Amino acid sequence: MAVRILIPTPLQRLTNNKDVVEAEPGKIIDIINSLDKKFPGFAERLCQDGKIRRFINIYVNEEDVRFLQGEETRVKDGDEISIVPAIAGGKS
Amino acid sequence: MRYVKGLKCRECGREYPVEPIYVCEFCFGPLEAAYDYTKIKRALSRRTIEKRQKTLWRYKELLPIDGEPQVGLNSGFTPLVKAYTLAKYLGVKELYIKDDTVNHPTLSFKDRVVAVALTKAKEFGFNTAACASTGNLAQAVSALGTKSGFQRFIFIPATLEQNKILASIAYEPNLVAVDGNYDDVNRLCSEIANKHKWAFVNINIRPFYAEGSKTMGFEIVEQLGWDAPDCIVVPCASGSLLTKIWKALKEFKEIGLIKELDTRIYGAQATGCSPISTAFKQGTDVIRPVKPSTIAKSLAIGNPADGFYALQVVRESGGAVEDVSDEEIVDSIKILAKTEGIFAETAGGVTLATYIKLLKEGKIDKKDCTVLCITGNGLKTAEVLNGKTAEVYHIKPNLASFEEALKKINQKEGR
Repeated sequence: MAVRILIPTPLQRLTNNKDVVEAEPGKIIDIINSLDKKFPGFAERLCQDGKIRRFINIYVNEEDVRFLQGEETRVKDGDEISIVPAIAGGKS
Repeated sequence: MRYVKGLKCRECGREYPVEPIYVCEFCFGPLEAAYDYTKIKRALSRRTIEKRQKTLWRYKELLPIDGEPQVGLNSGFTPLVKAYTLAKYLGVKELYIKDDTVNHPTLSFKDRVVAVALTKAKEFGFNTAACASTGNLAQAVSALGTKSGFQRFIFIPATLEQNKILASIAYEPNLVAVDGNYDDVNRLCSEIANKHKWAFVNINIRPFYAEGSKTMGFEIVEQLGWDAPDCIVVPCASGSLLTKIWKALKEFKEIGLIKELDTRIYGAQATGCSPISTAFKQGTDVIRPVKPSTIAKSLAIGNPADGFYALQVVRESGGAVEDVSDEEIVDSIKILAKTEGIFAETAGGVTLATYIKLLKEGKIDKKDCTVLCITGNGLKTAEVLNGKTAEVYHIKPNLASFEEALKKINQKEGR
């Protein structure tokens, strides 16, 4: 088993139009860097100076990593990562 | 006639054509509609606007559509109520309520954004409209969507107030209740939007949808006799309404409909969900997401997408952000109802309570001409008043019983 990563539409151009990709378990930041080797430009889109960009939300098993250990959050075999551009609604 | 030049990334400035996209492919910054103001200036004058029907579409050149309005043809242009009773109660000079409790058709300011979003969705050729919502948006998409012939998928947190659920399901959309809070629903909808090519009004249609909020700002200025007030207090969930009201004022100045702009913009949040207020008080522009816990469910967005820009607007304009307790929210709902005869939902209580707090802190002066944005109707969240209202007098169906009750009432009121 590996880690599943859900890819949002604006990033799918980099992942050969795949909406799900897989990676080896590890820290979030290491997973992003490993995907960058497979899909050049991937890390640059998501991170700036090793930190997740302000407009990107990353979830591990439906929990926002900012409530976990941020970039350092460890992801296990079978976990699911979701990358979501910041958007909103509800009320203003 | 089209007045929109295209979409532009708010972060890196990259430009995009008018399409149902919402984030920059390069930096993931949010996209925003960009207009040709020179062309608008030639097309739009106070007189032109004043001659038009009293709906939000009287400012159509400043909205991101190509053709004629198609949805929400009766929405907007809600009353700007001169709140002299409330002003007297609070000891302030000039106070107004922008009263979106009576917006058409679903009694909240969401009718504005959905009118614009669904008109744009028609232009794009979508036949399914969808949204993630805390309630008010769900109702607006359900109602305006059915009228304009869309299939509708509405996603709500399962914990929503019963009234709000009924008020959506009455229009018979596909209503999907998700086990989780609003932020969970929002994330799920983003994932769904990747798979299904629907018009998610607050996701892929968001750059157009959000522009609808400007009409609240346009109307305030026009209804004040083409004058911008000293202060506007705006409730904040994602922070979008606040930023768009500011954009509206700036656009009116840009195209010469007002000469001066010294308005300060104030944000209002519930303490149980106050990431923007917290960042403001800490003097940072980093918004830390929170897990919401407040009766003001329509403002319960723990991860506000426009929080960063809302802070910028507040600081640029010289305003402030403040937050208030659930108790203060209920008290303010009651104060607004008993002074002005306007029954607002919890978000309205947040706005008034925040105004009262800002007055006490001296951040708004009693002499300032202030507008409070009251964004939704009290019937939507009436249950928060259970056990907290004035007394009901129960009597037998005879005159003696009434006279006895009247004696009690007179004693209580000191007559």
